[in-house]
Amino acid sequence: MKKIFTRPEALTDLPFHYCPGCTHGIAHRLVAEVIDEMDIYERALGIAPVGCSVFIYNYLDIDMYQAAHGRAPAVGTGIKRVLPDRLVFTYQGDGDAAAIGTGELVHAAARGEKITVLFINNAVYAMTGGQMAPTTLLGQKTTTTPYGRDKDANGLPVKVCEMLAPLDGSAYLARVSLHNPKHIMMAKKAIRKAFEVQMRGDGFTLVEILSSCPTNWGLPPLEALKWLEEKMIPYYPLGEYKTPAEEVQI
Amino acid sequence: MAKVLMKGNEAIGEGAVRAGCRYFFGYPITPQSELPHYLAKRMPQVGGIYLQSESETAAANMVFGAAGAGARVMTSSSGPGISLMQEGISYLAGAELPCVVVNMIRGGPGLGNIAPAQSDYFQAVKGGGHGDYRLICLAPASVQEIIDLMQDAFDLADKYRNPVMLLADGVLGQMMEPVDLGDEILRQAPEKEWAATGRKKGGPKRLINSLYIVPEDCEQHNIRLSQKYSVITKEEQRWEEYRLDDAKLVIVAFGTCARICKAVIDRAREEGLAVGLIRPITVWPFPNDVLSRVRETAEQFLSVEMNMGQMVEDVRLAVEGRKPVHFYGRVGGMMPVARDVLEEVKKLYNGGAV
Ligand SMILES: Cc1ncc(C[n+]2csc(CCOP(=O)(O)OP(=O)(O)O)c2C)c(N)n1
Ligand code: SF4
Repeated sequence: MKKIFTRPEALTDLPFHYCPGCTHGIAHRLVAEVIDEMDIYERALGIAPVGCSVFIYNYLDIDMYQAAHGRAPAVGTGIKRVLPDRLVFTYQGDGDAAAIGTGELVHAAARGEKITVLFINNAVYAMTGGQMAPTTLLGQKTTTTPYGRDKDANGLPVKVCEMLAPLDGSAYLARVSLHNPKHIMMAKKAIRKAFEVQMRGDGFTLVEILSSCPTNWGLPPLEALKWLEEKMIPYYPLGEYKTPAEEVQI
Repeated sequence: MAKVLMKGNEAIGEGAVRAGCRYFFGYPITPQSELPHYLAKRMPQVGGIYLQSESETAAANMVFGAAGAGARVMTSSSGPGISLMQEGISYLAGAELPCVVVNMIRGGPGLGNIAPAQSDYFQAVKGGGHGDYRLICLAPASVQEIIDLMQDAFDLADKYRNPVMLLADGVLGQMMEPVDLGDEILRQAPEKEWAATGRKKGGPKRLINSLYIVPEDCEQHNIRLSQKYSVITKEEQRWEEYRLDDAKLVIVAFGTCARICKAVIDRAREEGLAVGLIRPITVWPFPNDVLSRVRETAEQFLSVEMNMGQMVEDVRLAVEGRKPVHFYGRVGGMMPVARDVLEEVKKLYNGGAV
């Protein structure tokens, strides 16, 4: 019988620790598939964040680093400067990349650092118990916005792709979503494109991946995906925000 | 090789390059800025990289990445910047990454001033960042010693897979002295099997990490680190002795302070007072060995520092209450004046049991 679906080589066989319906696992799998398909297993170096996905270093079967909360782009900078021919990517939540690590993120992009940030936007700090993130939607209830996020009290949500697009150092920026199979395939394409652009040396690349957190949103998995589609996408429109002048062949 | 005239801060840069360091990440702060200036010029000449980071927090984490990738890497700062680097330093120590961090100490706390001080002693040798860790801390006292110690700094970092701090006061950074740069052979970093440089298929997976989520694992990690620190304490204590043999009063001082104290001792000796010096070269590990030897014969100790009394605590620990330990300090960029220290020495000498 012909095998048409297998576990990616770049993924260990350790079971994910994520909650049922969490899309972190899907995102991990996409990264592993892209590494397999690009045949860059030996050149890929990943940086784990602080957050629910901190253990990504156990799931990806490649050499990995674990960075301090928010500092992954700085760690990636250090690695890439020493090993310029490697694929260096960070995997970061919104608390990690858009709050404590905004400085490192913005400046890595501004410098045109040749790394890829995979930015998981689940609109909440998940690991620490569902507090408000910079990406939490207006009106969204979290453990630190019990009455819903209010713009005067809590400020407005941060749109990371739009924030980085004006920086000349950013070469590829895209926002994708994991709420259905079609979009999962598009997400994979964007990750591959970001990796290709990085390897070509064009500059900083980031893929913002809208992701679900049924646990902290207080929704069953399917409803969480629906909430993502109906509530998050209108505020965080999908698409490519920056592409290199010269298209990458993928 | 002929001697050349060099500023302390530049000597740190040249010493690092000669030790095989090819990566520098840093952020400007007085009184160490001549070091980044020097390396911004020098690194490209030797195929290395100088990168000005957006903050000290980022610089320390860039060091984390570069060290994890197997490079000889350095950063430098002064007081307020070192405070920002403490997050990264704790992670570097936790992940056992070799690197060199320079602290050219200025007056504090807070913004303090840009004048020389030794007030970051506690921060350097007692922690500074979170968790149970130690830095190997080297305290040179001359520009020549800077050149010599930079080689050792990188070698010790690699040998023990531990961050090494070069701790000096601002005077040493600004001071110009003739130095012998030694041979031209540039040292290279040793092969680092553990570095995460890309996994070969079928080869071991390399992970640069400081997370041990299971308490038993975290305890084991801490125990292993502490065993390493015990070996360092046993093997790596360094100090200089000056007119110590028959000394009844022993001054303990490091860095620039020790140089002033040597002059004090010469004058005291002229007046017939048996005074000697212990100059810790490693402030961590603190040179307990020499102190536990000398405490048998000396009558009293005097710690002279450019702070309000920090190293004196380590001197007291080493002396274990067997002899009196006194303190003399100036702060805020004020340096101890030889005449004043001599007065203090005479007062103690005559008032003591000698
Ligand atoms: C310096 C520091 N501050 C705070 C924390 C606690 N902390 C751990 S995870 C986290 C939030 C992570 O949220 P996010 O990045 O959105 O990832 P998610 O858990 O949602 O995947 C925080 C605040 C920490 N580990 N380090
Ligand atoms: S808390 Fe949320 S983000 Fe974390 S594993 Fe569970 S569902 Fe996923």
